[in-house]
Amino acid sequence: MKLYKRYLLLHIQTELEYKTSFLLTAIGQFLVSCNVFIGIYFMFQRFSTVKGYSFEECLFCFSLFLLSFSLAEMFFRGFDQFASMISNGEFDRILLRPKSLVLQVLGSKIEFTRIGRMLQALVMFVYVLLRQPIEWTILKACITVFMILGGTVLFAALFVLYATICFFTLEGLEIFNIFTDGAREFGKYPLAIYGKNILLFSTFLIPYACIQYYPFLYLTDHTTNVMVAFTPIAVLLFCIPVHLFWNYGIKHYQSKGS
Amino acid sequence: MRKYSTIFKIKFLAGLQYRTAAWAGIMTQFVWGFLEIKMFQAFYQTEPQSFPMTYSGIVTYVWLQQAFLSLYMLWFWENDLFEAIQNGNVAYELVRPVSIYNTWFVRNLATRVSKTCLRALPILVITFFLPPNYRLTFPSNSTQFLGFLLSIVLALLIVVSLSMLIYFWAFYTIQSLGLRMIFQTLGDLLTGAVIPLPFFPTLLQKMSLFFPFAFAQNIPFRVYSGEISGIAMIRSIQGQIFWIIILVGFGKWLEFRVKNRMTIQGG
Amino acid sequence: MIHVSRLSKSFKVYKREAGIYQAIHSFFQRKYERVDALDSISFDIPKGEIVGYIGPNGAGKSTTIKILSGILVPDEGECVINGYVPWKDRKEYVKKIGVVFGQRSQLWWDIPVIDSFHLLKDIYTIEPTIFQESLTELTALLDLKEILKMPTRQLSLGQRMRCEIAASLLHRPDILFLDEPTIGLDAVSKKAVRTFIKKINLEFQTTVILTTHDMQDIESLAQRIILIGKGRVLFDGTIPNLRDIVPDPKLSLEDVLVYLYQKLGI
Repeated sequence: MKLYKRYLLLHIQTELEYKTSFLLTAIGQFLVSCNVFIGIYFMFQRFSTVKGYSFEECLFCFSLFLLSFSLAEMFFRGFDQFASMISNGEFDRILLRPKSLVLQVLGSKIEFTRIGRMLQALVMFVYVLLRQPIEWTILKACITVFMILGGTVLFAALFVLYATICFFTLEGLEIFNIFTDGAREFGKYPLAIYGKNILLFSTFLIPYACIQYYPFLYLTDHTTNVMVAFTPIAVLLFCIPVHLFWNYGIKHYQSKGS
Repeated sequence: MRKYSTIFKIKFLAGLQYRTAAWAGIMTQFVWGFLEIKMFQAFYQTEPQSFPMTYSGIVTYVWLQQAFLSLYMLWFWENDLFEAIQNGNVAYELVRPVSIYNTWFVRNLATRVSKTCLRALPILVITFFLPPNYRLTFPSNSTQFLGFLLSIVLALLIVVSLSMLIYFWAFYTIQSLGLRMIFQTLGDLLTGAVIPLPFFPTLLQKMSLFFPFAFAQNIPFRVYSGEISGIAMIRSIQGQIFWIIILVGFGKWLEFRVKNRMTIQGG
Repeated sequence: MIHVSRLSKSFKVYKREAGIYQAIHSFFQRKYERVDALDSISFDIPKGEIVGYIGPNGAGKSTTIKILSGILVPDEGECVINGYVPWKDRKEYVKKIGVVFGQRSQLWWDIPVIDSFHLLKDIYTIEPTIFQESLTELTALLDLKEILKMPTRQLSLGQRMRCEIAASLLHRPDILFLDEPTIGLDAVSKKAVRTFIKKINLEFQTTVILTTHDMQDIESLAQRIILIGKGRVLFDGTIPNLRDIVPDPKLSLEDVLVYLYQKLGI
């Protein structure tokens, strides 16, 4: 923990060296997600609901999803850029140090500019709360936190998965962006609107729906089944194979080199 | 003229090198297009009477957008041009007996065209054979198709001449990043990349027509499906030509000023 | 101290041939070629020795360094260093070694050198008193006082290399691996780096394993040379020993090597 704090401080120090560029990039992040918001807003100027979900409900989904994504992107950026870490030998350096590999990869890159995206997510979240108050209970508040945490863990696991593939391909597999950037983009609506197959995929293969659609149903009183509220836990199941695969990837890397 | 065609050829061939990236791009764009269609489908099924385009019109729009993404993307920049401006190496280009506006214009054109060549065809071919709900249909008639071919080229010229303004603007500011970002986000919205312009509220739709962005991908993709036809099509193409003249004229003027400033300062 | 015996490592390199037909063919059926990077390498190095590990490009130098430092796992053979097997007990083992890659930096580009050092202090969990002691010693030895507060990006290559070496010694390793530490340096900086390595070796009894293409590094530093080629140890001994096997004793060390490389066909 102390080491991670040191990494955090160093990254802040680095960002302060390039204040303007930091600020501009953060604003850029804000503007891009702002565009997505405007897109949704315009759609609902024309349509009153989509598949039974209102503007506020969609926005609620989007804000939590975006918040999780930007948290994961901020703190797990090292895994997102793992291909370059392997090619420039930085990962070899990490192997030479007496600390956990995951911790070191985490510390190698912290992308504070994602604060722009988080801000956009927060603005939308507050907006939804003001316009259509959810009848809060302690349970519901807990679930909201779980949704955000679960989402962050899920996206983090996806970044780790992406990084592990780099052990074998030695270069980034661009197609994988579908599962990260693509999910961020299309998580702006409750996942059920994309049809049954997509919902099945995002329940059983990559559990996006477990941190978005299902708990959302409970929070917005579309269902009273409390079980549905606990689906974010499924993310942990997803992490197990990812973790095993990561360990296997390191073994592979240590026997093959780059 | 020959020197520009050589530049085009070099850049074009260089762009063709990135085949793995192109495959990844094609796959990504497929999934992207598919989900986009799914999304519009959801709105269409909920309230078909509020849908401002025909269903096949939106499917066409989405697939053409994915196929020609690299032709019209506003976030693509030739970064070495910005670098050259910032570190002053651009002075060497200014002394050469070619116009840098033309050179850079051709470079941008070539990169976009070569990227698109690799990606567009596979996407177009496959989407013709998808199940009816997702299928890219043929253009409604030959006039529309001709209009599409003409406006797709004009739209590209608009996008490139727009980005030329940003390159030349960079001579005047130290940090061009901020300007680029505003250009990108505003452009993305007004060009119909976020959602197609017909989905905008009516007032904003009318307002968007005062910006050149609305004359980029918005025109060819909707001409293809016949959403813009007849008089409206001719008007749109006239609008495109009008904007190209304005934008290129403005760009050339900026080039002239930059050149003057450089010679006065003595390089 | 360092015991290496019958170390072997081979890589699969997949062959790519020119032409579209070949490209399509290899897409379905890749042709692999087995390359023996190391073929039964053995040597022992006692504590406090400086060893020059030399050989032409692609001889297997960096593969050896990677195995000895625990980054790579060999196919066969054994290697025990200070009682550790490098690729097992990674975390314990790497506390005892320091590695400098001449071509890569471990310092953070935009922040003062001293801050990178503090990060290393946390990474290696160095006791504050010991860290302060090491820092004072190394600052004096490597003449870092003026440059510790400067960001890495503002350092000259020579200054940076001194900082890199210091960074690898903060945790007081028993063994120091130097991979081309003088590459790209000017004559003065090269000489300075050599002097430091010698001093460190004397002062802390650090075992140094040095790979380089610069024969002057070897002549001024190495008590012993291990020459490898095509993954095998071709020579292991002192510089005078090496000169004995060439006919002309007046040849420079550089020419001795050229002669050997040609004669052995490596």
